Amino acid sequence: MDFFTPTVLKAVGQATVETLQMVLISGVITVIIGLLLGILLHVTGKGGLAPVRWLNAILSTVIVNITRSVPFAILMVALIPFAAMLIGTALGPIAASVSLTIGTVPFFARLVETALRDVSAGKVDAALVMGSTKLQTIRKVLVPEAMPGIISAVTTTLVTLIGYSAMAGLVGGGGLGRLAYNYGYVRYNMPIMLATIVIIVIMVQLVQVIGDAIARKVDHR
Amino acid sequence: MITVSDLRKVYQQDGKDVVALDGVSLEVPTGKIHGIVGHSGAGKSTLVRCLTLLDQPTSGTVAVNGKELTNVSTDELRNARRRIGMVFQHANLFDSRTTEQNVAYPLELGGMPKAEIDAKVAELLELVGLTRFAKGYPSQLSGGQRQRVGIARALATDPDVLLCDEPTSALDPKTTDEILDLVKKLRDRLNITVLIITHEMHVVKQACDSVSLLEGGKIVEHGNIEQVITNAEGTLASTLLPLPGDAPRIEGEGPILDLLYTGGQATQPVISSIARLFNTDVNVLAGSVEQLGNQQYAHLRLQLAPDADLDAIVNHLKSTGIAVTVKGAK
Repeated sequence: MDFFTPTVLKAVGQATVETLQMVLISGVITVIIGLLLGILLHVTGKGGLAPVRWLNAILSTVIVNITRSVPFAILMVALIPFAAMLIGTALGPIAASVSLTIGTVPFFARLVETALRDVSAGKVDAALVMGSTKLQTIRKVLVPEAMPGIISAVTTTLVTLIGYSAMAGLVGGGGLGRLAYNYGYVRYNMPIMLATIVIIVIMVQLVQVIGDAIARKVDHR
Repeated sequence: MITVSDLRKVYQQDGKDVVALDGVSLEVPTGKIHGIVGHSGAGKSTLVRCLTLLDQPTSGTVAVNGKELTNVSTDELRNARRRIGMVFQHANLFDSRTTEQNVAYPLELGGMPKAEIDAKVAELLELVGLTRFAKGYPSQLSGGQRQRVGIARALATDPDVLLCDEPTSALDPKTTDEILDLVKKLRDRLNITVLIITHEMHVVKQACDSVSLLEGGKIVEHGNIEQVITNAEGTLASTLLPLPGDAPRIEGEGPILDLLYTGGQATQPVISSIARLFNTDVNVLAGSVEQLGNQQYAHLRLQLAPDADLDAIVNHLKSTGIAVTVKGAK
């Protein structure tokens, strides 16, 4: 009854590191690109700070809506050649991060856009009346005022990424998803299956608890 | 001083033109508090947005101390805006910033050194009496305190004009008076020009030197308080100094007069002098006498005896400077 042999333990450890790698790399890039895209979506939108109809239509319809309509499992497979071209290999957590990032950026951008929309128009008016440039209004008013919402969006996105990373693991990304498939599904090794579930649940809980704590800290409303 | 000339704003709505402002002109001299009153839909909000250039007026100009705000480049407009401090109905403070950081915001934009900002913010918070709330967040303040922060923030750039958009409409009566007293105090101390846009007549009575009535995008009545309150033809007189309750039912016969008068006349024994000079009876149907600013104002509704010499009495009253309207005679 010794399921957790040193070999297995090592595999679990490595898989956890790979999952963390995927979530971290794609998480950081998603937040950077998604934040910019979300701001752009809000600002160029109708009634935004600098409405640009055609740009908003392209960003909103073409990039965000179409990308979000494709189920992640399909998007991931479709992006394998692109990741291979970009990274030089289609295998490993770094290659998987490419499709993970592309899959979550539109999702995160929409959440950022919603958080920005919740900032009352009166605050933006006040910023403009006091002589702020549009860039100052975005940097010093819009984003700080939307920060509690943006932090929640980051939390939700990281949790989603942990889920997606398991899927990405199946098609070459490695990590806990791969481990659960290899040991739990192929060999029907129940304890290892359970171990991966426990690790993932702990990860998600940690992200949620830390995210909520930060959101509370920045929320002065 | 703020000068608005022939301001027009036409919106496009469903392909149709909607005229929100139809040639608004007004001038408020330095150090005066001017009220703009009107019902919702009269064009007050549009006027505020056009005065601050948040909306571009269709035509017309806005100038502060002779310098135009309209028809300037975006860079110039940003600087020009710093000459108008604006106070909003809901204060519109930034929740992510503390009280002092809110007041510091317009100074940060101007690139003022940190030490100078701190000194200026302390001075401004002192001015509005909120020094001990400096480190607190807006959510910890009451409505009146938030509005004080809003006023301090509006004054940070030492503007020439303070534009208040419904500054007390979200406040209770006591807090309203406190805020209006603060505005008057600041006007006296800083000799700043104040423009208050409101739907509350109480605000005009309490704080304004002069008033304009906005209706359908036009200024239909205009003048200092004394002028409008004694203008029997205008609608401002009866709204500023309404007769108490519903108009009383008229029982007796005889002509009915509405009298509006102020200052010197208000201290005269108007009624007994009519009775004495014309040897007739006078009945007071309703009346209201109020002290606004340093002036006393009276609005009386009288009924004369049926056989009284109406023309002679009206002429006598008018000759003493009282505005008279004859409401009807049986």
